[in-house]
Amino acid sequence: MGMRNVYVIADNVFTPLGKTTAENFARLKQNSTALKEYHNKSGQYFAALFEPTEFLIGSSGYTKFEQLMIVSVKDALDRSGISCTDDNTVLIISSTKGNIGLLETEALSPALQERIGLSGSAKLVAKHFGFRDQPIVVSNACVSGVVAVTTGMRLLRTGQYEHAVIVGADLISEFILSGFQSFQALSTQRCRPFDKNRDGLNLGEGAATIILSTDKKHEGNVSVLGAGISNDANHISGPSRTGQELANAIKVALKDAKLSAGEIDFISAHGTATPYNDEMEANAIALAGLESVPLNSLKGYYGHTLGAAGLIESVISIQSLKEGLFLATPGFDEIGVSRPVNVIAQQMQVRAKSLIKTASGFGGCNAAVVFGK
Amino acid sequence: MEQRIKILSATHFITSTSSICNGFVRKDGKLLFDGVGSEGAAFMLSLYQHFCFNYPKFYKMDNLAKLGWLAAELLLTDDFKQAAYQAGRVGLVLANKNSSLDDDIRYWQSVKEIASPSLFVYTLPNIVIGEICIRHGFKGEHTFYIQEKFDANFIVQQVNYLLDNDILDACICGWVDFMARDFKAVLYLVEKRAEGLALEFNSEKAASVFNVST
Repeated sequence: MGMRNVYVIADNVFTPLGKTTAENFARLKQNSTALKEYHNKSGQYFAALFEPTEFLIGSSGYTKFEQLMIVSVKDALDRSGISCTDDNTVLIISSTKGNIGLLETEALSPALQERIGLSGSAKLVAKHFGFRDQPIVVSNACVSGVVAVTTGMRLLRTGQYEHAVIVGADLISEFILSGFQSFQALSTQRCRPFDKNRDGLNLGEGAATIILSTDKKHEGNVSVLGAGISNDANHISGPSRTGQELANAIKVALKDAKLSAGEIDFISAHGTATPYNDEMEANAIALAGLESVPLNSLKGYYGHTLGAAGLIESVISIQSLKEGLFLATPGFDEIGVSRPVNVIAQQMQVRAKSLIKTASGFGGCNAAVVFGK
Repeated sequence: MEQRIKILSATHFITSTSSICNGFVRKDGKLLFDGVGSEGAAFMLSLYQHFCFNYPKFYKMDNLAKLGWLAAELLLTDDFKQAAYQAGRVGLVLANKNSSLDDDIRYWQSVKEIASPSLFVYTLPNIVIGEICIRHGFKGEHTFYIQEKFDANFIVQQVNYLLDNDILDACICGWVDFMARDFKAVLYLVEKRAEGLALEFNSEKAASVFNVST
């Protein structure tokens, strides 16, 4: 049985920089960043955070995390022309920590434990929009967003559904912040992906939604062409020494997309700006034969948005394909990885057909997805 | 998902199963250990000692990782012909209800004194997959899903896709959930050849193994 083509038919990016993909892309073209300086008891840091009431929809039954997903899904759905109330449409949610911030404000109880659970949030969002089937929840560290797109692509390819609404979201609570501080993973400056002077990451809040469809009327849209996922089997909190495993995920994704490395025009890298991640990623990109392909990291605009990152960065990069404009990598000045990958320092006009989005995270996970026209 | 159309898939086989639930430990359906009544962490330690496992890193893991690690040891010891597979061709698809909440609560309690990086690293559900991959050298595709209840149909569909499309040659899948006093792990080794248990891998068989693992 032939696999069906999977088209991207609508999307949304909801971040401190803007409430739609277009608003976000316009701000990125001006090199605006959402990163600001903050202080807490452990010291000073940069992060990209929402104003306290920025996206609240005034409905008390939903947590902030659920409201953030709802506003992002609503905008994308409104643009898609699909109905989510038939049983041909599936909702897929990507998040690392969801409602975990409730631990900080509510007393611990069995009811609170239930309320924190991602399944509960997924059900509430599904019910809000009237999805018929049970939603799918991916929670696979910082590759969650790319994995969620992969899951959606496969469910559509095999004809299980006709449409997939895929949303990723995470909020930065004291829980997450204190954890990354305890790891000494945060930079005290704006992060500097792939740069010689990079010294850690910045955290960010945000959401993004991608709606996929196999409806042939969307032929000509950007498609999801292939995906690959791998594990380092090396260390739970440090990346592979060689980058071979991320390189393998990239190769699997290319094979799935029936493209050669030479046909990839652009890489949307993970580029967290920690010393180890960027070094590993540069090795992997070189091992996969993509050393000369232009790449960027969007972390200097949004920080690391965890379970939303794969989706935000995919949507923005798809917009780059559509507009023929590769965005710069804020914070990058001088190459600081041993394999000289082609980091985009200044935005550039291009004619491009296909891109690969990569991600890596705790637990030794790596993922890559290929989009193309 | 129950009402979805059935996708034609090549037949794959459950060649081995393991389960840890309510103090009962089973391998391929046979009761190996009965520690009814003991609390989660103590029970897992007694299990580790009973089977004479020797993996010092076990002691550093959170409860969820310990549970998954133990279930994987039971599943793979003796039966799994690992030499027949390349590292990148063995993967995992796991799910649970409570994500890493058991460790999340412990981590958040540590923050009141001093945030513990060794607790923080386990505040993601997929770390149990990372631990199993490190132990056995598995480098293939893996994913962690959160489900309200074990959705055998969905898991079978995901694993079949990986085996049918030549992404994996063998896959460990199932459920690993740990929350305070409640915990349950049920793992399936799925391969392309009818060896070992040689149970046809489908949602009815997977659900029935899950349901008798009590």
